[in-house]
Amino acid sequence: MTHPAAVLRAPSRRRNLRRPWIGWLFIAPFGAIFLVFLVAPLAYAFYLSLFSKGLATGTIFAGAGNYIKAFTDPEFLSGIWFVIRFAVILIPIQMAVSLAAALVLDALTTRLSRFARLAIFVPYAIPAVVGTLMWGFLYSPTFGPLTDLFKVVNQSAPEILSSGNIFGGLMNIVVWQWAGYYMIIIYAALRGIDPSIYEAARIDGATPRQIALRIKVPMISSAMALILVFALIGTLQFFTEPQVLRPISNGSITSSFTPNIYAFDLAFRFSQFNYASTISFSLGIVVFIAVYIFLFASRKRRGGLS
Amino acid sequence: MKTKSLLAVVSAGALLVTLAGCSPDVSAGGSTDSAGGDAGSCSNTIVNKDAPQVSVWAWYPNINTVVDMFNKSHDDVQVCWSNAGQGADEYAKFSTAIAAGTGAPDVVMLEAEVVPGFILQDALVDLSEHGADDVKANFSAGAWKDVSSGDSVYAIPVDGGPMAMIYRADIFAKYGIAVPTTWDEYAAAGQQLKDAGGPFMGDFGSNVPAWFTALMTQNGQKAWDYESADPQNIGVELNDSGSKKVADYWADLVKKGIVDTQDQFNTDYIGGLANGSYATYVSAAWAPGYLTGAGASTEGDGADWKAAPLPQWDPANPVSVNWGGSTFAVTTQAKDKDLAATVAKELYASDDELQDGVDTQTIFPLNQKILASDAFADTPVKFFGGQTANKEVYIPAENAYEGYTYSPFTTYYYSELTKAMVSIIDGSKSGSDALDDLQGTMTDYAKAQGFTVK
Repeated sequence: MTHPAAVLRAPSRRRNLRRPWIGWLFIAPFGAIFLVFLVAPLAYAFYLSLFSKGLATGTIFAGAGNYIKAFTDPEFLSGIWFVIRFAVILIPIQMAVSLAAALVLDALTTRLSRFARLAIFVPYAIPAVVGTLMWGFLYSPTFGPLTDLFKVVNQSAPEILSSGNIFGGLMNIVVWQWAGYYMIIIYAALRGIDPSIYEAARIDGATPRQIALRIKVPMISSAMALILVFALIGTLQFFTEPQVLRPISNGSITSSFTPNIYAFDLAFRFSQFNYASTISFSLGIVVFIAVYIFLFASRKRRGGLS
Repeated sequence: MKTKSLLAVVSAGALLVTLAGCSPDVSAGGSTDSAGGDAGSCSNTIVNKDAPQVSVWAWYPNINTVVDMFNKSHDDVQVCWSNAGQGADEYAKFSTAIAAGTGAPDVVMLEAEVVPGFILQDALVDLSEHGADDVKANFSAGAWKDVSSGDSVYAIPVDGGPMAMIYRADIFAKYGIAVPTTWDEYAAAGQQLKDAGGPFMGDFGSNVPAWFTALMTQNGQKAWDYESADPQNIGVELNDSGSKKVADYWADLVKKGIVDTQDQFNTDYIGGLANGSYATYVSAAWAPGYLTGAGASTEGDGADWKAAPLPQWDPANPVSVNWGGSTFAVTTQAKDKDLAATVAKELYASDDELQDGVDTQTIFPLNQKILASDAFADTPVKFFGGQTANKEVYIPAENAYEGYTYSPFTTYYYSELTKAMVSIIDGSKSGSDALDDLQGTMTDYAKAQGFTVK
């Protein structure tokens, strides 16, 4: 079936075809910035990643050598392993929290819901560095409230930033930071659903819980897929929170804690720009593969829904 | 329609022109304009506008005052100062500027430990060709060695960190502890404190590898055999018996719970020092100034800090070591290297500039003009309740300091040493084993970077 809009648009498209250059002119300002600040740095970083330079040697062409080194580098692999584990555990928690919050807010119609919506969203509005610093103080064994809480029951507070607990400590910060943002995306998707569908469901005898789980959740699955991709990419590129907590982590956040921290340290602390570029591109490859796997796996399901 | 599209072409073209017009300006502002005079990028006021300018990166808290003093007293040259961050932040920017080939200042503040690394990147000028010897007599042999390699000199020392032990006299008095002069006495005193339910004797933080390096050096470690004139070869010796003894000693104190394992330079640690969680702080001459600035008060809460010489391994042959300190170096991107060298030699070197650093407790001056003066020696230090700590502790320590040979990959070494310290702290390795592993890691790293390991 031909959409009416397509029929209307057809003549204008033909007119544009006659002068295709005019379109290029309009996107020229964006195109120039895009080329200069995104494409060119990427190309240059890729170019750098093909060379190798030791501190005591000159620059030599290494081809894929750096990439072979990266994917056999235990420090890089341990960082990748950490962010993958982190993503696998974090993302379901994060999505469950934001979905639950959005469903509750969607069901509520009181003034409380507007306040709650804002309250859940506020952590996202706080810059990541500020939020992480704040949690650093909350976790602190000297200044934090945990010490006092545990003193009540005569226990010593757990060291949240120790190497055994840092995983959970970071996860808490990230969920706190991002759940509100994802909640807003889901909430917006929920608001987009035609209310007559709920009415039909109620007439068919569906309970509010059934409406939430059988109608709302399937209908916002594309929004869920979107935030999952966001979360996956964000988690694999994990940097800000561990970098900020590093000075107070008592050594549990090392220079290869996550791949991005490793790339940063290699470039700006150890002066190995070539290898740092390789690590960045290798991380990009891993992210690409992970997102591709996810989209491939979810393709069939979403295809059946629409 | 025709006019509309013409308008579109014109406005799009105008945008492009604006964009293109921007770029040369941006690059001109970004590059330092050595000795050219780009007053816009200075954080200070230029007094003599006709004089050539030298750009300087530095992070001393009182550098603003010092630069003003310098500019008022110089007609031939003016300093254009900006703060590019402290320590690692500045080095990251400097490294980027070196890799880019543009954007570095003429004179840069560096800690001595990173100087060989930047020499290796051809980023620093050999100042022996620009009159560095004129000021050599102003510094102790150790301070001069820290910035030299063979006959070449790559930086001018400003601030030093001779190490000492500062301690809480009130805590020592409460538990009847005598001030330890050897490390054995230090451990015994710590055990005594622990048995009596007192605070920690000290702290072994994994984020102070420079501190641990200094303590191993005190017991004879000669970690690096390296000269910038011969940059292909390096000797690595981190696991000698003296170093192992030091590592095992601290591992033992950690295991017994005599010292804490808190990272330093953060609020938890400063808070602990202020509230009496630690009886001593094995630290350097900048400690009183740093602690005062960080708010560790000496008044009101009964804290009675005093300074004592660093405990020794062999009291018959005391060894003085250094932690921290900073220098001025001239970068190879400086256009007028002689002029930049003049600034490196003369900035923070006049009497009133140095005196301001001393008065504000910003630096421990390495310049003998101050270091050897009676006024400096006899200054009662407020932090130590009026103790003349300079005369009693820090000046003798600085004068006995013999210098250190740094490797050209100090930041990487510190990163690996931190990992070793973490494994000592969590008990997964003994001190000796951690150093044996570190020796292997650093040897491999040096080889991978193209050095021939001696």
